[in-house]
Amino acid sequence: MALLSVDNLSVSFVTRNGTNKAVDNVSFTVEKRQITAIIGESGSGKSVSCYAMLGLVPSPPGRIDGGTAHFQGQDLLALSEAELRAIRGRDIAMIFQDPMTCLNPFMKIGDQLIEPLTLHKDLAKGPAREQAKILLDEVGIRDPQAAMNAFPHEFSGGMRQRVMIAMALINEPTLLIADEPTTALDVTIQAQILKLIADLQTKRDIGVLFISHDLAVVSDIADQIVVMEKGKVVESGQPKTIFENPQHPYTQKLLAAIPSGQKAADAVAPDPLIRIEHLRTWFTPTTGAEPVKAVDDVSLEIHRGEVLGLVGESGSGKSTLGRSILRLVPITDGQITFEGTELSALEGRSLKQFRHRMQMIFQDPYASLNPRMTVYDTLAEPLLLHGLVNKAGLDQAIRELMDNVGLARAFVRKYPHEFSGGQRQRIAIGRALATRPEFIVADEPVSALDVTIQAQILDLLADLTKEYGLTMLFISHDLAVIRQIADRIAVMYHGKLVEEGSTVKVFDNPQQDYTRSLLAAIPGTNAA
Amino acid sequence: MLRFMLIRILQALPVIFVVITATFFLVRSAPGGPFDQEKVVIPEVKKALEAQYRLDLPLHEQYFAYLGDLAQGDLGPSFKYPGRSVNEILFSGLPVTAELGLYALIIALVIGVTAGVFASLKPNTVQDYVPMSLAMIGICMPSFLLGPLLVLVFGIWLDWLPITGWGDIPGDKILPAVTLGSAYAAYIARLSRAGMLEILSQDYIRTARAKGLPEWRVVTQHALRGGLIPVIAFLGPAFAGLLAGSFVVETIFQIPGLGRFYVQAAFNRDYTMILGTTVFLSSLIVFFNLVSDVVAAWLNPRLRQQFQGGG
Amino acid sequence: MNSHTEVFEDAEQGSSLWHDAWLRLRKNKLALFGGGVLLFMLVVALLTPWIAPYSYEAQNLDLGASPPSSQHWLGTDIFGRDVLTQIMYGGRISLAVGFIATAVALLIGVTWGAIAGYAGGRLDAVMMRLVDILYALPFMIFIVLLMVVFGRNILLLFLAIGAVEWLTMARIMRSQVQSLRQQEFVEAAVSVGLSPAAIIRKHIVPNALGPIIVYTTLTIPSVMLLEAFLSFLGLGIQPPATSWGLLISYGAETMEEYPWLLIFPGCALTLTLFSLNFLGDGLRDALDVRGSKD
Repeated sequence: MALLSVDNLSVSFVTRNGTNKAVDNVSFTVEKRQITAIIGESGSGKSVSCYAMLGLVPSPPGRIDGGTAHFQGQDLLALSEAELRAIRGRDIAMIFQDPMTCLNPFMKIGDQLIEPLTLHKDLAKGPAREQAKILLDEVGIRDPQAAMNAFPHEFSGGMRQRVMIAMALINEPTLLIADEPTTALDVTIQAQILKLIADLQTKRDIGVLFISHDLAVVSDIADQIVVMEKGKVVESGQPKTIFENPQHPYTQKLLAAIPSGQKAADAVAPDPLIRIEHLRTWFTPTTGAEPVKAVDDVSLEIHRGEVLGLVGESGSGKSTLGRSILRLVPITDGQITFEGTELSALEGRSLKQFRHRMQMIFQDPYASLNPRMTVYDTLAEPLLLHGLVNKAGLDQAIRELMDNVGLARAFVRKYPHEFSGGQRQRIAIGRALATRPEFIVADEPVSALDVTIQAQILDLLADLTKEYGLTMLFISHDLAVIRQIADRIAVMYHGKLVEEGSTVKVFDNPQQDYTRSLLAAIPGTNAA
Repeated sequence: MLRFMLIRILQALPVIFVVITATFFLVRSAPGGPFDQEKVVIPEVKKALEAQYRLDLPLHEQYFAYLGDLAQGDLGPSFKYPGRSVNEILFSGLPVTAELGLYALIIALVIGVTAGVFASLKPNTVQDYVPMSLAMIGICMPSFLLGPLLVLVFGIWLDWLPITGWGDIPGDKILPAVTLGSAYAAYIARLSRAGMLEILSQDYIRTARAKGLPEWRVVTQHALRGGLIPVIAFLGPAFAGLLAGSFVVETIFQIPGLGRFYVQAAFNRDYTMILGTTVFLSSLIVFFNLVSDVVAAWLNPRLRQQFQGGG
Repeated sequence: MNSHTEVFEDAEQGSSLWHDAWLRLRKNKLALFGGGVLLFMLVVALLTPWIAPYSYEAQNLDLGASPPSSQHWLGTDIFGRDVLTQIMYGGRISLAVGFIATAVALLIGVTWGAIAGYAGGRLDAVMMRLVDILYALPFMIFIVLLMVVFGRNILLLFLAIGAVEWLTMARIMRSQVQSLRQQEFVEAAVSVGLSPAAIIRKHIVPNALGPIIVYTTLTIPSVMLLEAFLSFLGLGIQPPATSWGLLISYGAETMEEYPWLLIFPGCALTLTLFSLNFLGDGLRDALDVRGSKD
């Protein structure tokens, strides 16, 4: 008998704007001692299904329309709040996506950790704390005693997620629900946490329900995959079957969207458009404190017509490097030359004249557009500022831009909040292209987008680069994406340039240890 | 922590200095002197009085002399009440005002926090609308309106409570304290509601629920800590407001406190009294703001460590 | 921005954030009620000289203080003056003080905060240090002092009140500008090549308006309370002019015999403050949500 068996679950949200069916007749199972992964993009209903089972969906506006969820002989959906509460944290435990916000910042770790024990098992504080320390050790926290008295903000994201896992497992539940537990973590940390979960699962004989948007991530650890789209289950089966023989068009789309393959090395003459020499960008947050060495002595060349992929985890300085080139942050030391002209020395009007030759695409498509300006306004601004068109030709120029980035012309007078994430990114790309730049810095342009949209935007960028003859610095933490789009790669770690070379060479034969660990951490490389 | 406190104290000193200086010169630049309103005084007597109170010296000399006295804690003699020093008068009024302020603050905190937290648990329902509407009334009805109304209803029409004095008749402290505290209760209710709503929408509250904690524990052990920080930070400014508000309440209810002395001194051009009271009250307010800031910072573990460990 | 006709024939109409906020505000009954009452008060105040039932000075000493009647809807005071008229004229003053002093505070505070917020660095530090020092001064005490010392001058009253309120306005504007400055769309504007002045004008100010509007709406009642407080102590508006605060203080003196002299002005003040606060709260709720995110 399955550990958890969900049948025909339906959940709706009733708001002033109407009723939204978030989960529509969904069925899946989790077998004992197995990992079932639920895959879906935003709006698929994957999280809501699990929250609804445990009674964590706020009851207005949420409403369970029907279905059953059998766990250990009981239907969770038929239980009272008090009965559910007894199960939560004891027999079924949950860990969430963002470890930075999921722990109470005002309570010590130890106090939060023992709560499930004192609550469900009526343990006294002393023995509970001992138990907690054992768990901390088990999840790989180095100094459990010190950790017990620490506050969450003293820990990194990865460590906090370990604490969350310890807190979930402390009562020895039989089912663990993990809602996107690694999405907010760096790639190398993600690999560690995934391994931890897989190990603990085998060791403790628990069933795991793993929610994610990333097929590659779950392909390594899942025994069963359930694919959801817009509230319905569209396909389910073993990973091997799903990957090799996907039935439903949506699954096929998801699989196709996984960045794969390698860009063929173009025969591009190494003609440096941009030369960076011994660049240092340091920040001093408060006077007298240690400066943050975001970019520390980096020397690099970007060749005309190429896509250079800049890779690194959070804190590596890759974003700062991109912004330094564009003079969006003040440089502390070093030189940046653009086609012979020293950019780092320009100011005021002369800098402004250069600006139209280099532009930037930002990560968060909502934050990078002025919410009070229409598409027309946003695209017109750079065109008019640099005198590239006069009033008469403005409409035409905007029309062309919208066509090039794949935006329907009818949307020209709409505001950013009326668009989806992918569409907003198209607007942002349009704005960047408006001045016909030669060089574009793309700072994590697809990281905030759903997987299927991601693929579309990547294709768009690849096409535009070729069509406009652009040189691009493509910044990302996602190696699979970089592999697909970049000619050459530069790897950054803690502000320093660690390795550099053509994509083919770096992937096949990484020289540095850090590069090796990055490559090893790419999910999906050790398919079950 | 110590460093943080020291920095704040140092920041507070120039403020107090500015207060003293500004008040001194402000008061002196006013037309009219303390003895002008008296019945006609013989010129020689007036001269003698002025000499006694140092009014015949050039202004800047008076200033430095005053600072000197101040350093010794002497606020000078009162002009209006010969024979009594400002210190005396102040300290006779201080306990009264302090007690009034304390009761008002307690009322404000107890009612305000309870109402605010209660309302935040079920937003946009009756449980929310009723307390918050009452809170709105509290904010919109100034103490000099509420006071007389309460006096009218409870003192005159219903004759349940005494309407003047402080400590003379049992129960005479109720109306003044309620009048003074109600606006603050209302404000605190809104603050705590907003603070709690913000906290209750945080992810870690969901974690607490997922652990199986009953709702009351989620609220008291997880949400309150963060939710009430804005209230604590407000206590400093609240205290300043209470002192100011005491002017009105003491006038309405005939209470012999600092506030009433201050207003009277202002009207009487009693220089030393005005100066003394201003300096004293200002220092108190600055001190309370400091305490409130420090406590609020200390309650936030992130900030606490920043100041203890040095970043 | 007009002849899109050929190129963009089928362009759909967009719905700006202001429009969305207005729709949200419309659904808030309390806020609408507040807005309506406020509008009514403002209209009455403006038209008072023409629509007041009696002239301001008209006394009827034989009548003396009398409760509400058909000739005097809200009664008369001890000089036989019509209370309704008094309240109308008093309202003109109270509302004027409220709006004008707030406008003064707004002007100074917003400019100060915008400059400090955008400039950053030393200029910001200096400007805000000044604000901090002034903030720490116990203003209530100073205002009382000022009013006593310099006499009861209505202009001084405006300035004194404005001087207290601009500080918080400056702080709010500065924090808004600072957080907007770090937004990516401002970075994008920099990378496009816009000058700082253009960026402030086109990108920062329109997005900072929300909280400013809300705070302004909530400052007006606070200012009116301050004026009423001062008038109550005898330090604000002086006879022969009148304000709601003065009326309330007179009413309090004789409330045992003539309670209507206290209650009606009190209602007028409280009702207006209510409306402003509800409107302000409604505006805050309506403007708060930045539109949907994915």
